[in-house]
Amino acid sequence: MNPINQRRWQQFQANRRGWWSLWLFMALFIASLGAELLANDRPILVSYQGAWYSPVFTDYSESTFGGDLDIAADFRDPYLVDLIREAGGWMLWPPIRYHYQTINYDLPTPAPSAPTTDNWLGTDDQGRDVAARLIYGFRISVLFGLALTILSSIIGVMAGAVQGFFGGLTDLLFQRFIEIWNGLPVLYLLIILASVVEPTFAWLLGLMLLFSWTALVGVVRAEFLRARNFDYVRAARALGVGELTIMVRHVLPNAMVATLTFMPFILTSSITTLTSLDFLGFGLPVGSPSLGELLAQGKNNLQAPWLGITAFVVLGVMLSLLIFVGEAARDAFDPRKGGMR
Amino acid sequence: MTAPLLEVTDLAIDFNGQATVRGVSFTLDRGETLALVGESGSGKSVSALSILQLLPYPTASHPAGSIRFEGRELLGAAEPDLIAVRGDRIGMIFQEPMTSLNPLHTVEKQIGETLLIHRGMDAPAARARTLELLELVGIADPESRLRSYPHQLSGGQRQRVMIAMALANEPDLLIADEPTTALDVTIQQQILELLSDLQQRLGMALLLISHDLGIVRRMADRVAVMHRGQIVEQGQIDAIFDTPQHPYTIELLNAEPSGRQEPVADDAPEVLAGNDIRVWFPIQRGLLRRTVGHVKAVDGVDLHVRAGETLGIVGESGSGKTTLGLALLRLIDSRGDIRFDGTDLRALDKATLRARRADIQIVFQDPFASLDPRFSISQVIAEGLRVHFPKLTETQLDDRIRSVLGEVGLDADTRHRYPHEFSGGQRQRIAIARALVLEPRLLILDEPTSALDRSVQSQIVDLLRALQSRRRLAYLFISHDLKIVRALAHRVIVMKDGHVVETGDVENLFTQPRHDYTRRLIAAALFNH
Repeated sequence: MNPINQRRWQQFQANRRGWWSLWLFMALFIASLGAELLANDRPILVSYQGAWYSPVFTDYSESTFGGDLDIAADFRDPYLVDLIREAGGWMLWPPIRYHYQTINYDLPTPAPSAPTTDNWLGTDDQGRDVAARLIYGFRISVLFGLALTILSSIIGVMAGAVQGFFGGLTDLLFQRFIEIWNGLPVLYLLIILASVVEPTFAWLLGLMLLFSWTALVGVVRAEFLRARNFDYVRAARALGVGELTIMVRHVLPNAMVATLTFMPFILTSSITTLTSLDFLGFGLPVGSPSLGELLAQGKNNLQAPWLGITAFVVLGVMLSLLIFVGEAARDAFDPRKGGMR
Repeated sequence: MTAPLLEVTDLAIDFNGQATVRGVSFTLDRGETLALVGESGSGKSVSALSILQLLPYPTASHPAGSIRFEGRELLGAAEPDLIAVRGDRIGMIFQEPMTSLNPLHTVEKQIGETLLIHRGMDAPAARARTLELLELVGIADPESRLRSYPHQLSGGQRQRVMIAMALANEPDLLIADEPTTALDVTIQQQILELLSDLQQRLGMALLLISHDLGIVRRMADRVAVMHRGQIVEQGQIDAIFDTPQHPYTIELLNAEPSGRQEPVADDAPEVLAGNDIRVWFPIQRGLLRRTVGHVKAVDGVDLHVRAGETLGIVGESGSGKTTLGLALLRLIDSRGDIRFDGTDLRALDKATLRARRADIQIVFQDPFASLDPRFSISQVIAEGLRVHFPKLTETQLDDRIRSVLGEVGLDADTRHRYPHEFSGGQRQRIAIARALVLEPRLLILDEPTSALDRSVQSQIVDLLRALQSRRRLAYLFISHDLKIVRALAHRVIVMKDGHVVETGDVENLFTQPRHDYTRRLIAAALFNH
């Protein structure tokens, strides 16, 4: 690492709250990336007649384990469990023995049922394990948020840079267009568009990208307009450095602080928008694990508070962590912070 | 014997627990002028601000000391008592007339405000008094100026309005914090004359804060020299100036840029020649942005510089000297002939021009703005090298950076630090190093010393002179500071409103100015010597 980035890294670490938030968030995120190993209705590893099987990664037929029929193996079926045990085999299960789609038919009370040692956070109104759905829902929310943030930042920074750099008529027309575009009622449009197409992850990402890229244009444009007349930009020009290099090297970093300041907010708002669409029922396809859908269930089943409370706590913790990380990142990129004298 | 008007005893100021000012004591009698002198950061402004308790408390604190105004303690006084004193008994003028007036209020409102608060005047009475004050501070046509906003006034007029505000309630004490630093020399002189005239007429005490010894010598009765938060010496003005005791005072008095340039060899080749250079900015009006006229920032300037020679360009702000520098660098469009080494710079295409840029370099006025804060010193200097000498290896780059830093008098081991870790003078050296490393033939110096303290200024002048003789550099030295121009230039161009009013050898020009404007400029700049 060169000295600048070392200093930035130190600056980031100096913000203890953001530093710990990053660790916590990364731990949660990486854990949720391996959701299949944490919550699944298939064992991670099966030993059967001296051979090894990994049902998490491969589909096996019931006949593989001595069953009669050539159907997909259901490892939760007592029949199959017995078959494997009688053959002297064993199964290594994930800590949560439910996939997000798995329906637990063996409930003590009608669904939604309260937390038990089996279903740690209870089940939802279709008898699916809440803990399993949370892990998958967290992953999909964060991945969606990150993808949307990165894409809209790239588009936003480029659009802002073009406006600030060229100025004049380009700037004028572009600004008016963005004003009109921002005037559109985004949520209604998303709902209408989501009812026209079959919403999938990619479709939703594309639709939201249509409206979220404008968030950064203003600040980036302003930074470019301001910075192109800086003395050190003039000095670089006098040194004979090319225009594009100047923009990327001297002007863009000025805009990056503003961008990075906005990014956590874009990320949280992306996650919030996805959650609210899911909550309203216009989001991800039916059956997808989603925090918004869990919130909606909590609203519909006030007698089952574990639904609403769980969704609220997870959303609250996730969004707070992201904001703290964003604050620390902003400090890290601020050349005026720390290192004085 | 009666008590003095203002008595500051053993004043101490801390910022965030760090000792900034220690043991400052001085007194001030009615009708007397005391000057607080020192370089930036010496604590003179904060000492003055603490008299009115205007520091950012509780970041700032006073661990010790007392400030007595007419026998009443101001330090730690209750807010209502302070308000009764501020603007009524003690008036204050700030350095920057641009920012010390509220841009959204008219002149009438700004001056009238203090009258309404302290005197309880009604609107017509306040208006009459405001007119009287504007006349007092010498604003022409005060009636129509009442409705002007600050941006419609010139720098000098704004400072006059500031003075009118400070004087509105006929204070017993006027604190003037660098009242003329931001102004042109001829305006400076007018403001100073106004201040001393008003002081005599109204019999106020004046606490003048300045780094400019010339102004101090002319204005003050007594002087207190501050250095690193302490008063190192104080006494009658003549005593201090004629027989300074403290080494710092002696250093300060000797800090004036001195010396003259050696003449240039007759056979020195001409480096830059400009013929009839014009920079006009169109004025556009109306919906269709029709061009209705031009602001002639630079209008028909001829100049030529030889190797090893310094051409000084002097003039007040707005005279077009900086624009001329940018035009010569081809950083803005211009018309007319600009020949560098015989090639017409204006005819070059972009790529060729970029390759030639190494030959002409520039050093800007503000060393805080001219270095990218995100670049380490080594990166700042390497940037141009990488463009013009792409074949250099990293080690060779580093060698060149270290040698150029040594040449401008900086420690080469500091090259991985960032600009904000350096002082203003050091940053200006870095900016010079950035230009020098490309081995230019011509260096355009755009007010390179005006943001610096006097003692640092003369160090930079010495450095520039040494570099010039070693490298046979041609300088285009843009400045409003005639003392420095005299120390550094061979020939001088005097600019006014985009035109050259006079040009000639530096000695001739200073001793026998022909043009009326030059004469005024020199009189204003050197009046205190």
